[in-house]
Amino acid sequence: MAIEHHDYDVLVLGSGGSGLRAAIAAAEAGAKTGLVCKSLLGKAHTVMAEGGLAASLGNVDPRDGWETHFQDTMFGGKYLNNWRMAELHAKEAPDRARELEHWGAVFDRTPDRRMSQRAFGGHTYKRLVHIGDRTGLEMIRTLQDKTVHSAVDVFMETTITRLIKDGERVVGCFGYRRPTGEQITFSAKALVLATGGSGRIYKITSNSQDCTGDGYALAYEAGAEMVDMEFVQFHPTGMVYPPGVAGLLVTEAVRGEGGILRNALGERFMEKYDPKRMELSTRDVVARSIYTEVKEGRGTPHGGAYLDVSHLDSDYVRRKLPSMYDQFLELAGVDITKEPMQVGPTCHYFMGGIKVDADTGATRVPGLFATGEASGGMNGANRLGGNSLGDLLVFGRRAGLGAAEAAGKAGSVSLPADELAAAQAEVDTFLNGSGTENPFQMHKELQTIMGDGVGIFRDREGLSEAIGKLEGLQSRVGNLRAPSNRLDYNPGWQLCREVRNMLTVSLMISRAALMREESRGGHSRLDFTAYSDYWSENNIVTHMHSDGEMVLTPTPVITRDELGALVEARKEAEKAS
Amino acid sequence: MSETLTAGGTRKLQIWRGDLTSGELVDYELETEPGMVVLDAVLEIQRSQAPDLAVRWNCKAAKCGSCSAEVNGRPRLMCKTRLDHLPADQPITVEPLRAFPLIRDLVTDVSWNYEVNKKIPPFTPREDLPEGDFLIDQADTDRMSEFRKCIECFMCQDVCHILRDHRLHDRYYGPRFMVRMASLDMHPLDGLDRIDQIADDGGIGLCNITKCCTEVCPEGIHITDNAIIPLKERVVDARYDPLLKILGRNRRRPGKKKPAV
Repeated sequence: MAIEHHDYDVLVLGSGGSGLRAAIAAAEAGAKTGLVCKSLLGKAHTVMAEGGLAASLGNVDPRDGWETHFQDTMFGGKYLNNWRMAELHAKEAPDRARELEHWGAVFDRTPDRRMSQRAFGGHTYKRLVHIGDRTGLEMIRTLQDKTVHSAVDVFMETTITRLIKDGERVVGCFGYRRPTGEQITFSAKALVLATGGSGRIYKITSNSQDCTGDGYALAYEAGAEMVDMEFVQFHPTGMVYPPGVAGLLVTEAVRGEGGILRNALGERFMEKYDPKRMELSTRDVVARSIYTEVKEGRGTPHGGAYLDVSHLDSDYVRRKLPSMYDQFLELAGVDITKEPMQVGPTCHYFMGGIKVDADTGATRVPGLFATGEASGGMNGANRLGGNSLGDLLVFGRRAGLGAAEAAGKAGSVSLPADELAAAQAEVDTFLNGSGTENPFQMHKELQTIMGDGVGIFRDREGLSEAIGKLEGLQSRVGNLRAPSNRLDYNPGWQLCREVRNMLTVSLMISRAALMREESRGGHSRLDFTAYSDYWSENNIVTHMHSDGEMVLTPTPVITRDELGALVEARKEAEKAS
Repeated sequence: MSETLTAGGTRKLQIWRGDLTSGELVDYELETEPGMVVLDAVLEIQRSQAPDLAVRWNCKAAKCGSCSAEVNGRPRLMCKTRLDHLPADQPITVEPLRAFPLIRDLVTDVSWNYEVNKKIPPFTPREDLPEGDFLIDQADTDRMSEFRKCIECFMCQDVCHILRDHRLHDRYYGPRFMVRMASLDMHPLDGLDRIDQIADDGGIGLCNITKCCTEVCPEGIHITDNAIIPLKERVVDARYDPLLKILGRNRRRPGKKKPAV
């Protein structure tokens, strides 16, 4: 039977902010460009970004500039960031923000009618361009409209299950259309993974159901390197009640606008943990602080901390935090202008990801690029709020341009028949094989293992146990089969491959977490509570050995001589305070 | 705390199962947790009782607009509708949107909306703008922002009788895209004269302001009052000014040019 097939110069997988920005850039560079998304266009996880986009425009505080933004990003990332990425991001985010406005995005204004900027954790100056508390939606809609009016073909509700290589080079991919189950292949001279993170490996997560680490697993299986996978950001403030909504994000803008954290005794506990920055400390610190308060018995009735904006003018709260107001009123029956919210940490973001060249988004596999949350390096050990929306614009554009350039240099590509057959066999086994493992069940088990052993605090014992259990799952994963064998809109079929992806990602995270014997940023070890000098200079890079084994290698941080003075100055300033 | 502490308990759901050729409401029963929303219940049924139940969802945070369905006969986001806000003494019915072709179970083919969106020219800055940053009033931002809150759940399209009952998808863009065009036409720096599209291809005249769309908007956008009626006024202003009619002219909109066809 003939399979639907398409040829592109550049094919982008993922239609969140970074994927859309990459597709726009590739098309503008003249590449024949396709965009594949698992869901409908405009539904990507980026819509859930609330607080804003960090760019040192200096509209509100003229002292701001790219150097300070760079330093803040490095400090937030505990100096494990790829320096070049942090530099490019800080330098280019203002232009990307202005460009978005020229494409029709609408942001809140200053009194002198320019883009307004709000305070956010870890940012020295008021820096986040925003519109209320729905900045991500504004960006997605703007990029989506720009995309559909660019020369980009969009394939909605299409799942990609395998990258296809010809020798060392990625030359395309294979998947199926979700509404019909019909198979589809793409050949591409360059392929960009913009597939986001993998929050669904945890039960308590702010992530959308699509965040199943597909790009991480696809890239890893294709031979790419991964970096910093042990660093998972737990956002300090997710809803904790009712159970149905546990994990749902409560934007950092609540604290940016003056929200106060208290424990059950009414103490403003951030005074103990970070008296200088208080509620606007970096996310890793606030998340650990809330966790510790709860663990030590000072939690709220539903096991969180109180987050209070009731001291602020109620009209102001409704105007600046409209979706938070609605969310709590509708889902928890709490009027946040009158009473405090209850909040606790929720898995939010993956600092780690596919290792890329900062300037072009290229991986070490020819023909393969990555960007956005799918890529790693920009955020080091901990991401500052507001830096992901900047990241996806700056590096989305760069990856799109990088891929277009590589495609221009590449000859024609075709999909080897044996690779294609293997890809077909895999999806068919999930549907019609003899397996007995239920993907819904295995997903639940995976989430329990990760929540118990690889959560916000970790130790050798817990990690080892988790790894053992994950290896147990791995021995069963070949036995997955969808409970129904119909082709059209089959959620169990979809989940089979996603569970495999999530399992691969979970193993990367747990093994890297076990290797890093220190506490830094989003990685906290109860048995190694301090910083280590050795680990302060090394990232963990993970790749698949030719025998299929997962190999983890400590690798020196990518530094840049000309930025050394800025980094040292920041370290000195921190010591002095 | 005023949190509604509601016992979970057993609830009955009737979910529409089937495709374009046939289908029916199928009964399900499940144990619920406090605060559960309809989407939780549907997904739990999918996990444990009906693994091939087709349902479209993503964020489960009322931000992506994927999980629109007709719950107890009214369009709602399943992820934002608490079970304990629905009458406990009767089964909860969950059915797909009716304005679009059914794919299967709760999933409909909404691709028509994407085709309409493609026809609307994007924001195009006026040619007479000075160099440098865009200067925009917060008041203009607030006006546009209401429209830009739209999460494209398409529930307004679902209840619009022009689309739902009269099936005039080829003559009217529907409330969603009136909102979209309002956000563009009210952008102080947009340089396109969009009146012809709003009036002709967009078909705004077909709307007879029954406000059904406004009632179901999960974002509380005043679709009829703030988007459609002002656009109707702009059309009238541009085309039917009696004095200009006598002079045989249309009103020109300063700074705006006709879009390239």
